[in-house]
Amino acid sequence: MEYRRPSPRMWIARQTVLGLSSLLLAAIVGTAGVILWGGRGGLIGIGVCLALAAATWFVERGRYRSWGYLERDEDLVVRRGLVFHRLTVVPFGRMQFVDVTAGPVDRLFDLATVQLHTAAAATDARIPGLRSADAAQLRDRLAALGEARTSGI
Amino acid sequence: MGAASPQAPALAGTWCRLHPLSPLARVGISLGVIVAAVGIPTVSGGQASSGGLGDLIVVVAVALLAMGTAVVSWLVTRWRVVGDELQIDTGLIYRQSLRFPLRRVQAVDIVAPLTARLLGLAEVRVISAGTGHHQHGRLAYLSNQDAAAVRAQLLALAHGLAAETPEPPALPLFRVDNGRLIAASLLRGAWLVVLVLVAVVVILAAVSPAGAGTAAGRGGTEAAASLLSGIVTGVLALGLDVARSVNGDFDFTIGEAPDGLRLRRGLLQKRHETIPYGRVQAVRLIQPLLWRPFGWARVELDVARQPEARGQGEARQLAHLLAPVATMEQARWLIGRVAPGAPATLTRSGAPPRRALVRAPLMYHYLSIWHDQRWLVTQTGRVRPATVIVPLEKVQSIRLSSGPLLRLLRLANLRVDTAGRRWVGEALCRDQAEAAALVDQLSELARRARRLSW
Repeated sequence: MEYRRPSPRMWIARQTVLGLSSLLLAAIVGTAGVILWGGRGGLIGIGVCLALAAATWFVERGRYRSWGYLERDEDLVVRRGLVFHRLTVVPFGRMQFVDVTAGPVDRLFDLATVQLHTAAAATDARIPGLRSADAAQLRDRLAALGEARTSGI
Repeated sequence: MGAASPQAPALAGTWCRLHPLSPLARVGISLGVIVAAVGIPTVSGGQASSGGLGDLIVVVAVALLAMGTAVVSWLVTRWRVVGDELQIDTGLIYRQSLRFPLRRVQAVDIVAPLTARLLGLAEVRVISAGTGHHQHGRLAYLSNQDAAAVRAQLLALAHGLAAETPEPPALPLFRVDNGRLIAASLLRGAWLVVLVLVAVVVILAAVSPAGAGTAAGRGGTEAAASLLSGIVTGVLALGLDVARSVNGDFDFTIGEAPDGLRLRRGLLQKRHETIPYGRVQAVRLIQPLLWRPFGWARVELDVARQPEARGQGEARQLAHLLAPVATMEQARWLIGRVAPGAPATLTRSGAPPRRALVRAPLMYHYLSIWHDQRWLVTQTGRVRPATVIVPLEKVQSIRLSSGPLLRLLRLANLRVDTAGRRWVGEALCRDQAEAAALVDQLSELARRARRLSW
């Protein structure tokens, strides 16, 4: 079975946020460089900012690609992490409730995060970057599966 | 003792107040402390007479205020048991209506602090699973008979039996020798720190006279003096801690009843806890460093609980002990009773591959795992081995994680969560392929175990 991935919109959203924030940072650092050390200082400042942005872009791309989730017969598997790999298996019968959240940026791109909660506090099963409609569908499906397979603590 | 019993109409569904002496029991100790703190210097004439009078007024005012609050709290609190729900209404300004469905009850405790004991009262504490309110059901206080009746009925209902089912008798299973308890409480790793500090002081004191006149010599003496006061404080704190644990676990006995394990302990404050069978989320066995020459171990047990809203002290009190100190033989036998088939200590056959030494050089010699159809047993620890036994039917989620170093070594960490929130079954530094296979195997076994238990 193939892992399902977050929507490509999530990557677009991440890139947009990254692009805008690095442009802003480059503008500030560039202006400061020009004022303090003249034209060359400004160029170096902007160059450093862009190099940082490029490095962040690669890391972000790796993190985006690392997300994946798999609905199996009895459980949900979520994997994530570029440097620190993490894989979480949550049996449907153990789900206490399912959360759907969307921050301001997420809402702008019509995205949402689905989070599963079990009776154990350490469980960390979160699927970000789903289209709102998909997220709602997944939530309902998970809730139904949880209902059908629920067992006592 | 049943619902028809005349002492506790609340069990039949009528709203009732707590015992009329509860405010007194609640205020008792703190009032005594306040009176002693302010009253003794006043009486002994340590201060000017006018100041003494002022203090006295303050004491009386504080006492009246505390008493008044307790009385009001008693007046506005009512409780009853309806159907299979414990209901508590409380609060003067913020009304609170607490409902505890008895199907979710994880344990029922009876706690009797010193003042309450003198008045013949006890508190019933209902520990229930589930999220939402961060509170346990507390009935403080009821008369001793009522408390016993309430516990019997709550447990009967929690087991899905008729409310009138009398409390089944408990067979004594195990008791801890008080002498050994005191000895074990005194043997703490913290004493080693104290010893080291004392050695430092002695060395400083020995060195400083040599250069008594010089600034360095004086500095050494001063450092020794401040260290000494630090040590005294530390020893006092340690002594208090020892006294508290001896007080809490004195006369520790476990009984086995058809409805669960019964634990009794306490010197000044008596506790009487009942843990229904099938509510055990995890069992842990620890062998502290200083206990090992004597072959002693501590066995703890976890039930599902809400995240602790109160301080560490409360959380500590809520930890269920199976044995504060036991010989390894007794510990094995006890674990055999609550987790039949699971080993109490692990052999090296379940050890991770040798290359794990690179990642966990201090822990490697204790790392080990074992599992069968029902239990997962994992062992970790640097200076003292800690064995955690997790029933597979209680598994909430399974996690696999690996950082850069672990991946380089082709290793991964596997963790198994339960609703107990205290301990996690940790299989650290396993071979990557083995860990991946273990995830599938354990989820399958956990699924089967759940089916069987349901």
